[in-house]
Amino acid sequence: MGDAATGEAIATDALIIGAGPVGLFAVFELGLLDIRAHLVDILPKVGGQCAELYPEKPIYDIPGFPIVTGQALVDNLMKQIEPFAPTFHLGEMVESVESLGTAAAPLYRVTTDAGTVFEAKTVLIAAGGGSFQPKKPPIPGIDAYENESVFYAVRRMDAFRDRSILIVGGGDSALDWTLNLQPIAKRVTLMHRRDEFRAAPHSVEKMRALVAEGAMDLRIGQVTGLRGAGGALEAALCRNDAGETFEIACDRMLPFFGLTMKLGPIAQWGLNLAENLIPVDTEKFETSTPGIFAIGDINAYPGKLKLILSGFHEGALAAQKVHRYVFPEKKLFFQYTTSSSSLQKKLGVAG
Amino acid sequence: MPKITFIDHLGTARTIEGEVGATVMETAVKNGVPEIDAECGGACACATCHVYVDEAWAAAAGTPSSMEEDMLDFAYDVRPNSRLSCQIRITPELDGLVVTTPERQA
Ligand SMILES: Cc1cc2nc3c(=O)[nH]c(=O)nc-3n(C[C@H](O)[C@H](O)[C@H](O)COP(=O)(O)OP(=O)(O)OC[C@H]3O[C@@H](n4cnc5c(N)ncnc54)[C@H](O)[C@@H]3O)c2cc1C
Ligand code: FES
Repeated sequence: MGDAATGEAIATDALIIGAGPVGLFAVFELGLLDIRAHLVDILPKVGGQCAELYPEKPIYDIPGFPIVTGQALVDNLMKQIEPFAPTFHLGEMVESVESLGTAAAPLYRVTTDAGTVFEAKTVLIAAGGGSFQPKKPPIPGIDAYENESVFYAVRRMDAFRDRSILIVGGGDSALDWTLNLQPIAKRVTLMHRRDEFRAAPHSVEKMRALVAEGAMDLRIGQVTGLRGAGGALEAALCRNDAGETFEIACDRMLPFFGLTMKLGPIAQWGLNLAENLIPVDTEKFETSTPGIFAIGDINAYPGKLKLILSGFHEGALAAQKVHRYVFPEKKLFFQYTTSSSSLQKKLGVAG
Repeated sequence: MPKITFIDHLGTARTIEGEVGATVMETAVKNGVPEIDAECGGACACATCHVYVDEAWAAAAGTPSSMEEDMLDFAYDVRPNSRLSCQIRITPELDGLVVTTPERQA
């Protein structure tokens, strides 16, 4: 592995930023043209919006599938691209893209926040609505506490040892961190707006048992304000449904309000942007920077529809131009997967 | 057609004719009512169409399903009369419905 550990860059013909449905299908279209891809996504799983926002909801407009759920579509895509053995780098955010090459022979150095470095001949940005990041509750003045005493993720558990921690939320993240941090914290308080939890039932049971033992607190309500000087949290001001206000003493707070998409570092890569989207041509879906393509929800062109099916088409056309950069000496000719024995060999289905 | 009144967080009221069978969220978005983002387009997957239903209409508007309650966990300043407007379907009985939009959706 060329990565932070060895300091070596991973050389690849194509680097796909974003493992949503469009990034995944691009692996297939590139694969048919003998181009192998690495994919990076900040989420710990593949599937982008389909897997994160609506895994169980039905989609009705995928050609050939009268009905398919978000997760089932992702599972099918993963199966479809298996023959091309893509390499996934999940839980990493692409931070920078620098040019090392020329317009005729592009080469990009791409670095993630985990220190993984790629040297890619082509980059396909399939970043959708941007990277998934934790939602920040609009509590007045919360900015002053962020990364001092208010955190949206736990990077190192030890930073929470012997602390009075307020965890806010009712899903798996809130419950998992409640259970993980409870043994090492001075005191853990879990607060949720109602006495019902979306989290896995066995975690909820464990949490209720700890509350019954007196080992932690559960409060029903919502945080309305924070108290403490210079970013050092002393207490959270709260309110319940009956309108009663109360304070919870704490020096660390972890709010878990789900994820939202933020454009993120893409704005710093020196690309042309129009209203947070990346303009492309509709022949190759290439940006104004040679060798950098944008496909799926992140791109913009006249008539653009933010549909999965449009993103699939865009990936197929982009792959043709990627091929010209990767194999400048080779001529491409058009083939069908139904009838081409060479394509079938690549797919592992040759008779 | 049933009339729906949207009051924004500063108190400005906008009354709009809705269609029976459409959702309150769709009615707002089609008519450019501010303070309703509806990022997910009505799939009960974003909680950015949060409204407070006027007390007088609470019964007629119904109570949230468990899926909607789960999604309301992601909204802010949730109150007993909070609803996701994409989950309120307009019926003739809702003629005159009044909802207030929160200061922030996300
Ligand atoms: C509720 C809902 C219902 C929908 N229903 C339909 C439907 O019925 N039909 C339809 O066609 N479409 C539908 N859509 C839209 C569809 O989901 C999107 O068009 C599709 O997901 C876009 O795919 P994508 O791969 O371009 O981007 P996304 O799915 O947004 O994936 C992009 C990925 O890139 C990652 N990423 C971004 N920046 C970085 C970075 N710097 N580093 C690392 N990773 C990064 C993100 O974390 C994300 O996982 C729906 C959307 C929603 C929310
Ligand atoms: S529009 Fe997204 S939850 Fe209502």
